Amino acid sequence: MSASAVAPRAGRPAGRLRRRLHRLEPAAITGVMSRDVTNFLTYWKATTFSSILDPTIYLLAFGLGLGTIVAAVEGMEYVQFVGTGMVATAVLFSSAFSAMYGVFIKHRFQHTYDAILAAPVDVEELVTAEVAWLGLRAGVYGTAPLLVTMVFGLEPAPGMLLVPLIGAVMAFGFAGFGVFAAAAVSKIDHFNYIQSALLTPLFLVSGTFFPIDELPEGAQIASNLNPLYHCVELVRGAVFGFETSALFHILVLIGFAVAMWRLAIWRLEKRLIE
Amino acid sequence: MPAPLAIRLRGVVKRFGEITAVDGLDLDVPEGTCVGLLGPNGAGKSTTMKMLTAQAIADAGEIRVLGFEVPADSKQARALCGVTPQLDNLDVELTARENLAVFARLYRVPRNDRRAAVDQALEIANLVERADTPVDKLSGGMRRRLLIARALVHRPRLLLLDEPTVGLDPQVRQELWALIDALRTEGTSILMSTHYIEEAERLADTVSIMALGRVVARGRPAELVREHAGVQTHEVYGPPLRLAEVREAAEAAGHRVRQTGTAVAILRAEDANGTLPEGITRAATLEDVFVLLTGEEVE
Repeated sequence: MSASAVAPRAGRPAGRLRRRLHRLEPAAITGVMSRDVTNFLTYWKATTFSSILDPTIYLLAFGLGLGTIVAAVEGMEYVQFVGTGMVATAVLFSSAFSAMYGVFIKHRFQHTYDAILAAPVDVEELVTAEVAWLGLRAGVYGTAPLLVTMVFGLEPAPGMLLVPLIGAVMAFGFAGFGVFAAAAVSKIDHFNYIQSALLTPLFLVSGTFFPIDELPEGAQIASNLNPLYHCVELVRGAVFGFETSALFHILVLIGFAVAMWRLAIWRLEKRLIE
Repeated sequence: MPAPLAIRLRGVVKRFGEITAVDGLDLDVPEGTCVGLLGPNGAGKSTTMKMLTAQAIADAGEIRVLGFEVPADSKQARALCGVTPQLDNLDVELTARENLAVFARLYRVPRNDRRAAVDQALEIANLVERADTPVDKLSGGMRRRLLIARALVHRPRLLLLDEPTVGLDPQVRQELWALIDALRTEGTSILMSTHYIEEAERLADTVSIMALGRVVARGRPAELVREHAGVQTHEVYGPPLRLAEVREAAEAAGHRVRQTGTAVAILRAEDANGTLPEGITRAATLEDVFVLLTGEEVE
């Protein structure tokens, strides 16, 4: 043990530290995100492997399998219809599940958040950083189905560059939802309820595998409450050309993201601060 | 003029539903000293530690840390504090260096100073050789040292240690004591909660003994022993029936007595005029005080 290394730093810049610290400081948010990034670098290969392989398998099964009996939907080849729709699914799984399980484990098993909150970081900053990181990551990984679909013959289009952005906006919302869920449940097994009762129906009735406008009117109206539907519409718009409804879709996603962000902060604060 | 206070608590109360975990706590940590917070499990030590970083919010009372009001200005206070938790919460997939680098950022060490701060923390923890080893490949003792080094990466003025050596073998404990002692010698204020008597005796300038959410005694370890347990303790061993007799006789003679499974300890043996039963006389210890005041035996 080297005691000499422990001498206090001379001339502590008291003035700098005396200044008032504010809410939502970039230094706190990027600090928490740097922890996420450092950890991600230890497991990115596994994440990347499954985010490429999953859509490939889905496209082989649905696109080529179902595609033999469904030739075209809304003027698109079925494989392209499913492939573009699956961006939303990929974003959902990447954001909501990572947030649910990741936050639960960091909070209850690893006690990571106790250490972070002992530093000059507030719950609001902690949640913002987690949501921002997961959102950006899901936005990037959400493009995997699109890239795979291009292998299956989808033509490149300049609008595709907007796809990670569209994905990230929805991902902020579902990451916020995941943080909220992780803070709300008492046991990790309770995520099964959320997955089966909420997330699976959301992704099946999102317009990914079949068009919503063939459903009964009630279901069509209900699908407006489904963020995935709005994301699917926007992604297809980015690839094949936007319609005027795009503005409505993006506003819904932004509203969803903001609401979930605040909800996650509120619920995790109740959990973390006794 | 008394030294300025690194920590000042007045009348602090914390309730969890029906349970009052901290019940009107007063506590001072003068700057540059090490204060030991000694108490049995459930005395309110960990809750007190959590309130100092605003991870638990007091129901009543006043808390000041390094002059900042908590929880209102807790963030400023936290920037100047280092915290070593009771539970190891290192990132196990990351290396020792990566763990320290993340916390150097979280504690706002300026970008250009970060590398030096991490190197120095590795040196303090004696982990220079293992800097690039993932945490889950480090021994228990190394992980504890890293946990303390992580709390020091930004050179805090105040260190909060919650049971710093719990569950470690004696040799590792000695090592950590040397580290903590060095920090105190060099001027860092320390509040350390512990239920190891020897730890408090060895490291703390003053000890506050907590029971049921309050401080029941405070002072230098030696003074506390003199005041509450006298100079000598006389221990008598024997079968339960014999011990019961010894206890009764000693209490009748006006001694305070503590009983463990196998022995009766008669306090203030120096006051007995040759009337003690056969046994061993030893110096009174802080443990005697602890048991007298908290009514709990030490594990």
